[in-house]
Amino acid sequence: MMRNLVPVLTVIAAIFAIWYIACVPMNVREVLTQVEREGAVIVPPQAAERRDAGTWGLVFNNISHLGPSWSMERAKLPSPHQVATEIWDSTVTEEIYGRRGIMRSGTLSNRSLVYHGSVTLNATLLGFIIGTGAGILLAIGIVHSRTMDMSVMPWAIVSQTIPIIALAPMIIVVLYSIGLDRFLPEGLAGMIPKAVISAYLSFFPVLVGMVKGLRSPDAMQMDQMRTYNASKGAVLTKLRLPASVPYLFASLKVGIAASLVGAIVGELPVQRGGLGARMLAGTYYGQTAQIWAALIVAAALAAVLVFLVGRIERRTLRVMGVQT
Amino acid sequence: MTLVFTALVIWALGWAFNARLANGPHADTRAVRLAVPVIFGLTILVMWELIVRGMEVPGVILPPPSAIGATFMGNLPILWGDFTQTILKGGLSGFAIGACAAMLVAILVDKVAFLKRGLLPVGNFMAALPVVGIAPIFVMWFGFGWHSKAAVVVAMVFFPLLVNIVAGLQDTSAMQRDLMRTYGAGYWHTLFKLRLPSALPFIFNGLKIAITLSLVGAIVAEFFGSPTQGLGFRISASVGQLALDMVWSAILVAALAGSVLYGVLVIVEKGLTFWHPSQRQQ
Repeated sequence: MMRNLVPVLTVIAAIFAIWYIACVPMNVREVLTQVEREGAVIVPPQAAERRDAGTWGLVFNNISHLGPSWSMERAKLPSPHQVATEIWDSTVTEEIYGRRGIMRSGTLSNRSLVYHGSVTLNATLLGFIIGTGAGILLAIGIVHSRTMDMSVMPWAIVSQTIPIIALAPMIIVVLYSIGLDRFLPEGLAGMIPKAVISAYLSFFPVLVGMVKGLRSPDAMQMDQMRTYNASKGAVLTKLRLPASVPYLFASLKVGIAASLVGAIVGELPVQRGGLGARMLAGTYYGQTAQIWAALIVAAALAAVLVFLVGRIERRTLRVMGVQT
Repeated sequence: MTLVFTALVIWALGWAFNARLANGPHADTRAVRLAVPVIFGLTILVMWELIVRGMEVPGVILPPPSAIGATFMGNLPILWGDFTQTILKGGLSGFAIGACAAMLVAILVDKVAFLKRGLLPVGNFMAALPVVGIAPIFVMWFGFGWHSKAAVVVAMVFFPLLVNIVAGLQDTSAMQRDLMRTYGAGYWHTLFKLRLPSALPFIFNGLKIAITLSLVGAIVAEFFGSPTQGLGFRISASVGQLALDMVWSAILVAALAGSVLYGVLVIVEKGLTFWHPSQRQQ
């Protein structure tokens, strides 16, 4: 762990360095337009000439005017510290000092990433639980019924090769047009269409992993259960399920990441909050810092979720006495 | 109501027939292994058709398969245009660029120990992130055309491929490498004759993950902006018009493309890694 620290930090530092340097050529045109308005003399003086000029030529000819590259509003590529400021402003500042923040109004502000992140997180977790539960149940069915195995399993495998996410906009619109909010509380009604997509995406990895896991006990172990005269239920709870736990966790890690992607994509068609909605709003209004902030919060959310699953995995396996 | 009842009867019949086949004496033959899932799929389709017609489900909620099939056949030129725009231009070019880039970086990472220790944990971390979120940014940078979709696909497939290829390049034993040394083989010889071939199962594993991701990336990126062509555009535009039969047709195209591309990869893998234990006939 410590041995890797220096190389990892070097790579991360390199990424930030590239990011800062890339801000110059990416933003050069907007920067030059802005400093020209403030009275500076730019090397190809006409805007029309600049349009045809190469990016790097513009950079080297006007190197003394590139100061604002890292502080442009609506930059093509906002610099890391601008994104960090945006994240800070739209979480801590908004909630503590904002008029609609939790300190003033008692509820999370609908302009803060805490609110949007929690909307996405709720849908992700609900979908993940549904998808995982359904996957485990169907896997148990498949292991016990040969008919089910032969009919369903090939389709489950094929469905992993198709971009299921293409269904997302349709599922959202159809579930809204059915009108869930007539018989469900409003928060839940908005969450269910996204959760369905999340569930769908986490369902197949869990199903395939669990079938493999439930089949992992070898013939000798199965024979031993038979010598104990164990019923099918006992074989399931005492041998198959414990043996499947390592496989289950491996697919849970894939599943939780897929769930989050599902929830984010599910937020695109209906603008009712969430990180995906925030990203799309950012594209509509050219608020690039807002897109980057939502993206980084989504990445952090994914990292935390995968980390938590990994943590629970280590704990569980240690308690069960599995060698890791 | 009779239609719904018929659907249930057909379901029961199909299931009973499958149960007989699956538990019968010929269950392990190739024909039965193929027939059972096909019968299952057909029963589902027939049930879908009959229940949608019997319950008179409106077409804006769930169109029957026959309507989807008719729309699909009637709009082949449009769907072919969408297919070339999204799959061939956006998805596959991004997939090719990403795969080549990952290959080169993986060889570099494998050679330089410092990079391996630094880049690999970062790559593992990145492989788990929702990279597809980069789509709105790339659409802004590279425009609405297929270039932005290819860029999203490159970003999505790069890290999973990198991690897999690096793992594959380490999959030779000390004995095998020593043998190469006794032959007087240098680094490049060992790389091309021993280490890349033995990395192939890992590489194909990565490619199989990446091909699905590349379709996902190309389609989702179109939700953020696209020309008036492409599967993602067709899906979001037709959802807006409540033309669900068209949406299902576009999904059908995506599903077919996904399975065919995956199938091609499996065939190529069988040809190239015939020596690997996982490919041997039982």
